[in-house]
Amino acid sequence: MAADYAYVLFFLIIGALFVVFNIDILSRLIRPSKPNPTKLSTYECGEDPIGGPWLRIHVRYYLFALVFIIFAVETVFLFPWAIVYRSLGLFAFVEMMIFIVILLIGLAYAWATGALEWV
Amino acid sequence: MPGTYNPADVLQALPEVFLASVALIVLVLSFAAPARRGWMETLSIGGVVGTGVLLVWAAVPLFQPGGSPVSVFSGSYLVDKFAIFFKVVFLIATLLVILMSIDYLPLVGVPVGEFYAILLFSTVGMMFIASGGNLLTLYIGLETMSISIYILCGFLKRDQKSNEAALKYLLMGAFSSGVILYGISLLYGLTGALGFEEIAATLATIDLSNPALLLAMVMLTAGFGFKIAIVPFHMYLPDVYEGAPTAVTAFLAVASEAAGVAALLRVFLGAMPHIQVDWTVLFWILAALTMTIGNVVAMAQRNIKRMLAYSSIAHIGYVLIGFVAGAKLGISAVLFYVLVYAFMTAGAFAMVILLQTETVKGDLIEDFAGLGQVKPIAAAAMVIFLLSLTGIPPTAGFVGKFYLFSAAISAGYVWLTLIAVINTAISLFYYMRVAMVMYMGEAPEGLALSSSRPLHAAVAFAVLGTLGIGIFPQWFLKIAQASVFGLLP
Amino acid sequence: MIPVSYYLVLGAVLFGIGMFGVLTRRNAIAILMAVELMLNAVNVNFIAFSRYLPNSTLDGQVFAIFVIAVAAAEAAVGLAIVLGLYRNFHTVNVDEINLMKW
Repeated sequence: MAADYAYVLFFLIIGALFVVFNIDILSRLIRPSKPNPTKLSTYECGEDPIGGPWLRIHVRYYLFALVFIIFAVETVFLFPWAIVYRSLGLFAFVEMMIFIVILLIGLAYAWATGALEWV
Repeated sequence: MPGTYNPADVLQALPEVFLASVALIVLVLSFAAPARRGWMETLSIGGVVGTGVLLVWAAVPLFQPGGSPVSVFSGSYLVDKFAIFFKVVFLIATLLVILMSIDYLPLVGVPVGEFYAILLFSTVGMMFIASGGNLLTLYIGLETMSISIYILCGFLKRDQKSNEAALKYLLMGAFSSGVILYGISLLYGLTGALGFEEIAATLATIDLSNPALLLAMVMLTAGFGFKIAIVPFHMYLPDVYEGAPTAVTAFLAVASEAAGVAALLRVFLGAMPHIQVDWTVLFWILAALTMTIGNVVAMAQRNIKRMLAYSSIAHIGYVLIGFVAGAKLGISAVLFYVLVYAFMTAGAFAMVILLQTETVKGDLIEDFAGLGQVKPIAAAAMVIFLLSLTGIPPTAGFVGKFYLFSAAISAGYVWLTLIAVINTAISLFYYMRVAMVMYMGEAPEGLALSSSRPLHAAVAFAVLGTLGIGIFPQWFLKIAQASVFGLLP
Repeated sequence: MIPVSYYLVLGAVLFGIGMFGVLTRRNAIAILMAVELMLNAVNVNFIAFSRYLPNSTLDGQVFAIFVIAVAAAEAAVGLAIVLGLYRNFHTVNVDEINLMKW
């Protein structure tokens, strides 16, 4: 029993050494080192980064995030539906349309109450 | 092939479909025609009453001799008497809350249209809990109800207490649904099924001493314990009750608790009757704790909403007695008590709203001072609710407690009944303190009550229910007893 | 084939981390994130069971889809509540949000 734990410990040590050796020592030895400003900048979806990453984000962004997360995740129901769509036929179509209409009401609500405007 | 669709199944779920459509229409109206405020209230009341009519229409064949429960959507949605009974309780509660809200919302400055829409969505969620034939439907119903109520709790956007109540309820609610879900996943792993009947059938064949089964049971107990605020999972409840707008508090106390009890009964009696011995012991202890702590802490409260919060914890303790006693007698006593509890608690909260005016917040017990001399009718209504909450004849609370206790005694739980009787004596203290303040206290200058007619109607309806059930219990008890059949084997 | 117990251990560990986070964190947003972790632990369980159970059905996967959707709704409402709270309290630290006790 104790021997089993020893294996685990052994494994952990090897693993830790492996990471340190590869990332820190080995890569230092074999990588070319030609830094330039573009390489050193933070990657931000291809945009030019302006300022530090810990800037305060405007509260308006959260509203868009809230609306986005709901509509993005609801599509999770569309994928399984699309796969079996042919075998389910018209009823499935009608059901999904009802679902989408309900979502659209939500979107219309967000629109009408001004959640989509940048004030 | 399991899982084939039958479009006609939708007809069985017509009450929910109808109520959800009304809620959507109210929502659309709230932004499309914000000037027509009166429509939304009327439409919401119409929606609730219409749903009630549809329910009764669906219930007629069930209550006739030979009527059998219907199971549609491949077993995930049940239409049985149990479901109908609870749905009627939810609709009564929602109707009372809408009546209370009509003049309360403008007073506290709440946007009106969304409130009713979300309230109705929450009710739809509860109805799905009552009808759930498998754990998935039950879970979706539970979340539809809870998420709507999180929003309702925080409806007073400028009020710090309301913010705090919403946050506390959200965090505890989300945490508890995580725990419930883990229990569900274990149960699914053990039995390979989500339907209550299938789970029960599989549990009958496997080894019941499996620790995973025990873990699932404990997780579900803790999760539902949070939802209906069983001690020791009750900590958040008084804060939520105090901070939420009073109409929402009434909704929480009545409808949400009833829905939690419905879920508890469905899961434990429907899916896990084979380990009843195990969970009975667990709930025996929880019931005793819940009653005692609820009642003792309630004595120390100055805020009436907090006092009613602890009192509702204590009442959940009483309800658990019937659950522990089990069998037809115990469970029918639970159903009966849930109905009784709906009327008396909604009435008590309606009285708190009645006291609130432009100048007085009305949620301290002192605010009731002198009501007996100045407004004798209102004070009399409050006394009826208080008597019923204590359990004194001729009110409904007495009958409810009587059936709960006699079910417990006939099942052999004498000690538990003794604890409950002692607790009833304790509760007499703090309920009667309110009555004393009303009749002995000095009324402040210019004590005024809300002049809202719908609110008066809600109080009258609650008084009628509390006294009516208390004086003619037989008829209601018969319905409660009949409604158990769909559940017990 | 990887035995099912591996997935269950992963699920249990994730659930434990989530629960630990809920109980020890003081930032409301961090607590919400910990809850999401708990829900995802449950999803791991569901998918594993759905794949490995002898007479396997798709029920578990369907349940996981619904859990994802509900978790998104819960997160949206949660963030909205936290935003409203921040406007009034100027903090999201749950220790400092205690106007009501006992």
